[in-house]
Amino acid sequence: MARVFAEEHGRATATLIRVLRDFDLAEEAVADAYVAALERWPVDGIPANPGAWITTTARNRAIDRVRRARTLASKADAIAADAAFETSRRDAALMAAAEDEMAPIPDDQLRLIFTCCHPALAPEAAIALTLRTLGGLTTPEIASAFLVPEATLAQRLVRAKRKIRTAGISYAVPSQDRLGERLESVLHVLYLVFNEGYDASAGDALIRRDLCDEAIRLARLLAELLPGEPEVLGLLALMLLTDARRAARVDADGQLVRLDEQERLRWDAAQIAEGQALVERSLRAGRVGPYQLQAAIAAVHDEAAAADQTDWTQILGLYEVLARVAPSPVVALNRAVALAEVSGPAAGLAAMNALAADPAMAEYRFFHAARAELLVRLRRVPDALAAYDRALALAPNGAEAAFLGRRRGEAAARASAG
Amino acid sequence: MRYLLMIYTDPAAGPQSEAEMGKMWEAYGSYTNWLEETGQHLGGEALQEPSAATTVSLRNGRRVVSDGPFAETKEQLGGYYLINAADLDAAIEAAARIPGAAFGTIEIRPILEMG
Repeated sequence: MARVFAEEHGRATATLIRVLRDFDLAEEAVADAYVAALERWPVDGIPANPGAWITTTARNRAIDRVRRARTLASKADAIAADAAFETSRRDAALMAAAEDEMAPIPDDQLRLIFTCCHPALAPEAAIALTLRTLGGLTTPEIASAFLVPEATLAQRLVRAKRKIRTAGISYAVPSQDRLGERLESVLHVLYLVFNEGYDASAGDALIRRDLCDEAIRLARLLAELLPGEPEVLGLLALMLLTDARRAARVDADGQLVRLDEQERLRWDAAQIAEGQALVERSLRAGRVGPYQLQAAIAAVHDEAAAADQTDWTQILGLYEVLARVAPSPVVALNRAVALAEVSGPAAGLAAMNALAADPAMAEYRFFHAARAELLVRLRRVPDALAAYDRALALAPNGAEAAFLGRRRGEAAARASAG
Repeated sequence: MRYLLMIYTDPAAGPQSEAEMGKMWEAYGSYTNWLEETGQHLGGEALQEPSAATTVSLRNGRRVVSDGPFAETKEQLGGYYLINAADLDAAIEAAARIPGAAFGTIEIRPILEMG
């Protein structure tokens, strides 16, 4: 039943928003329908079409709510006249929505995704709104996943919905000539949700796992709705190929395990196969983009049976293309890491040192951690320890700090032994 | 919906020579024509430089008049359009076509409709 709920929530909410043009009323109605389902289904059994049952029930509950509001409004004085007009307009819309119109159409969810991820909304607002309406995560769940007080997150949702209303963000799929531009912000939101779940800056591990699953589910939905967009396939592939390593990424004591030290037998082979097929399918479209390239890199890592069998030359080539398509300090750093594998640690370190002038790098913990690793390989231990210390000072969570501390300890031990 | 498109530009980033200025005014002319032809134009003007600005406020019944204000930022309000657009996406479309968008920033504000 929980699975049905998660799958149907976004669909039902999207349909109700189309009919009602009101986020709050739609959410309340769907919540009402879930309560009704919790009461009825254990007694009557799960209906043949649970989605239609929820949507229809939600529609009926919305009619009840609107009628109640109208009765209240008509009893009140002139101040309520506006509200009465508003509710009767909604009532008319609901009445006009015949049963067949309530049938979910795939575009409902697509419209909702584009609305929730409109670039005119701040990313944190778009994330909260997407997870709340399309994902059906509760406000407390989202708040704890992003480590913000529940009241802050609730405020964020209220502001986002108000902006949609007052700024005139329409509930529509963008025109074909703007689709690419608008899709970028949708993909970015889903990517941020996944990363927040995967990179676990802190917080409850279980809820973070939910974030990854939710991001994958939404990317899968987007790939179904827009099968011709290679970057959508690329993002889904990237998530699957990364998430496939989840079980091996943390050991029994909750310690982070480096990619090259992970037990590859614990990787999810089926998920890797699906991700690889998606990368290939996306690249065949001939419109390469950053998500496809990152997915291709993840695929090269995933297809190596052992770390020392990794095809670093191919990875370096992919990072070079990525640096042209979507240049960023992070991509430049990863390119330097790949270069160290292909041409040796000295070449990698030289490439990294060339990046040190970038102020963003000084604050980026992975830069210092990556430099430290190369310095160890070059037997420049004091420099390596200093770099580990910089990285440790910037590390946010327990698992990552513990990992860096362990590496630093190994480097120091090697120095005293040698 | 009605939207106010406010054009913020840094004079140093825009056209400098007379020829370039002429071209920009021409571009603004054809942009205004486009707004009119598509039924979006409700109004719009270019403003004198910020150095021509005067501030007035009323405090305890007294008028306080002063020179300025002079914002800290380099981008200054240089003009505006008032447009009619179906939704925010249409307003973004119209704002992105303003010649000043190429070197400045356009702020899009929905009009607070009364009643």
